[in-house]
Amino acid sequence: MRFELSYTQITVYALIITIFFDMFATKNSLLSTLRFWISYAIIFPFQLITNWWLTSREIVIYNPDAIIGLRLAGAPIEDLIFGFAMILAVMSMWETMLRSRGSSSVG
Amino acid sequence: MSLNLELSHWSYVAMLLFTMTGSWWLEFAFRIRVLRRPKILFASVLPVAIFFLAWDAFAINQNHWNFDPNQMLGIIGPLNIPLEEYLFFLVIPIAAVLTLEGVKVVLRRFSK
Repeated sequence: MRFELSYTQITVYALIITIFFDMFATKNSLLSTLRFWISYAIIFPFQLITNWWLTSREIVIYNPDAIIGLRLAGAPIEDLIFGFAMILAVMSMWETMLRSRGSSSVG
Repeated sequence: MSLNLELSHWSYVAMLLFTMTGSWWLEFAFRIRVLRRPKILFASVLPVAIFFLAWDAFAINQNHWNFDPNQMLGIIGPLNIPLEEYLFFLVIPIAAVLTLEGVKVVLRRFSK
């Protein structure tokens, strides 16, 4: 038996891990904040443009067996979730670091 | 290993430059002190980058995705990950933090 993880499966796991990380590890729960969703609304069109650039020009080529096949603006839906998870994770880390190490600096 | 100066090889780099150009000015326009606090910034970006680079390395190894050598600089780093991908995991997260801090400034202005 071969143990295999598709891009789709890893994406779902990464999203779940990131949401748990934001809710329980950093306890920021950014997903329930206005600032996160406004930020993501600004980022989303740029995410589509940059993902479109990388995929439609075939700079990055996806193995059709690893993805579910659903695409938005040329990019596999998995890519958009990958980006969402990464952005959520880094924003959550940033706010935690600000709290613990930013107390000495102004602003 | 020689740097390729043919324009097509800069396709991925062009996207990174686009993202950097689109985000760095937020630092100054909104006086958000993200780039001016590099220690906190890198302490936030690096752990996330390591997690996602591990995923990238696995995906490249499993052939979930691959890169067009004609549109890349051709510099391959550790774990078979191209230079552009390493930069991706710095440039995109930093742009995201800049956006978040810019939004926070605007929200603070509105709540006053």
